[in-house]
Amino acid sequence: MPAKIDPDQVRRIARLARINLTQEELEQFSNQLSDILNYVDQLSELNTEGVEPTTGPLKISNVFRQDQAARSLSSEQALANAPCRHGDFFAVPKVLE
Amino acid sequence: MELHCLSIHQLAAELAKGQVSSCQATEHLFERIERHDPVIHGYLELQQDAAIAQADRIDKRRNDGETLGPLAGVPLAIKDNICVSHGRTTCASKILGNFQSPYDAHVIEALNAADAVILGKTNLDEFAMGASTENSGFGLTRNPWNPETVPGGSSGGSAAVVAADLAYAALGSDTGGSIRQPAAFCSVVGLKPTYGRVSRYGLVAFGSSLDQIGPIAKTVPDAALLLAAIASHDRRDSTSAELEVGDYLAEIERPVKPLRIGVASEYFGPGLDKEIAQAVRRALDLYESLGAEIVELSMPLNKYALAVYYIVATAEASSNLARYDGVRYGYRDRDSKDHIDMYSASRAHGFGAEVKRRIMLGTYTLSAGYYDAYYLKALKVRTLIKQDFDKAFEQVDCIAGPVTPTPPFKLGEKIDDPLTLYLSDVYTVMANLTGLPAISIPCGFSSAGLPIGLQLTTKAFSEELLLRIARMFEQATDYHQRKPKLQS
Repeated sequence: MPAKIDPDQVRRIARLARINLTQEELEQFSNQLSDILNYVDQLSELNTEGVEPTTGPLKISNVFRQDQAARSLSSEQALANAPCRHGDFFAVPKVLE
Repeated sequence: MELHCLSIHQLAAELAKGQVSSCQATEHLFERIERHDPVIHGYLELQQDAAIAQADRIDKRRNDGETLGPLAGVPLAIKDNICVSHGRTTCASKILGNFQSPYDAHVIEALNAADAVILGKTNLDEFAMGASTENSGFGLTRNPWNPETVPGGSSGGSAAVVAADLAYAALGSDTGGSIRQPAAFCSVVGLKPTYGRVSRYGLVAFGSSLDQIGPIAKTVPDAALLLAAIASHDRRDSTSAELEVGDYLAEIERPVKPLRIGVASEYFGPGLDKEIAQAVRRALDLYESLGAEIVELSMPLNKYALAVYYIVATAEASSNLARYDGVRYGYRDRDSKDHIDMYSASRAHGFGAEVKRRIMLGTYTLSAGYYDAYYLKALKVRTLIKQDFDKAFEQVDCIAGPVTPTPPFKLGEKIDDPLTLYLSDVYTVMANLTGLPAISIPCGFSSAGLPIGLQLTTKAFSEELLLRIARMFEQATDYHQRKPKLQS
């Protein structure tokens, strides 16, 4: 495992996470993320062969409900916090050229 | 005793007798908030008009002889990552600075049904990410016991206002210790219920396999009363358990006998402050004098819990916080030329440093090539830690230990060193990884007069037992009755 996340890698992760970072943040995160990853690397000491992963505390999966129509938010309520709207729609910058 | 110093149980008795009205109690707290909260800054937003109107309604219904709910007329505070349909819900983040929830969280519906009064929303580390409330986008909160120290976090506002008698109790949320650690730092009671006990519908998601809502209160019976009000099955949270809610108050005064309390020797390692170690040992001696058997345990995997936690919590956060893209709600950068640029610029502006750091870490450990080495590995170690606790509970009824490795630290002391701050959670994350219920109760003060908490953990869905064990200690001590001297 890499001992150090360099600023280029930080830039790549930031692109995946959709967060613009300044040069200063790139360098700071490079150091801090490296420290944290070095700390969590201690897990590699443990033998986990054949161990099932635990995704959550409860042993439940696929909680179903009846497929019935129910009341939900009105368009007005749903749009009330929109930073930009056109009529009954959320407006965004052009996606397709 | 002064009106604001009362517990919920004491206030409810006074209200029932007609000695005081809910309006008087509510107005009294708002006056107190006005005097003391400028220093503490536990509240982000007050809902004075709505609170007094609700108190007035309850008083009228009481005068009409109506049957009222179990929290009738009791003024409470709500952590600002829990949606309330009036006022703002900001998560202490600039990205949600003007967000108004269109609906109430399940726990708010429950408090309304119990006839409670909501005073306002309390400060937190942005999106509940932190252990000091210094990561708030809207200013830090100070510890009422010493305004130069942190109140803990992330529910630091909730713990501080309860400790300062600026609310009779509060709701917090706990993803890695965010109820218990600030409760310990502020000398109040903080309960993280079993994962699944309280519906998270309307709690802004951070780590979905870890998050749980719970009470912060002045006494153990008050925490029990609040838990009883908010716990139930709710089909809007598919992880909420379809189990009957216990009667948490019926036997709370009855000591647990026989009682086996487990103590892991690993908890008393070199990282633990000496005075905290002494206070916890004294607490165990007290339990022994009350008839408990203290059983030494070995839990060697505990030391890996923090690493597992910071992989799991950040991975889940990176996914949960993808929704803040400036499209449907929240801050939007107006100068972006395309939608990708808009997402990236909005998030850069709206999120604070700690939130960015955690999203980045989670994005990294989930990314191609690292998923198996970090995320999957962490999920496997999570299984081993869970097995460790299952084994321990074959021998004991309860596990006791410290809540925090240090007393409340100075403001600014750890803000530049995230890894050191993460170590604050070293004793609390296990309950989140395993889903077990855990409580922090006041168990002493350091020589500098700063609060120390005792943590107790029991089996899943055994809150009745946990609260009784906690109450045994509270009945035998007076730490929970001590009050900070406030500055105004």
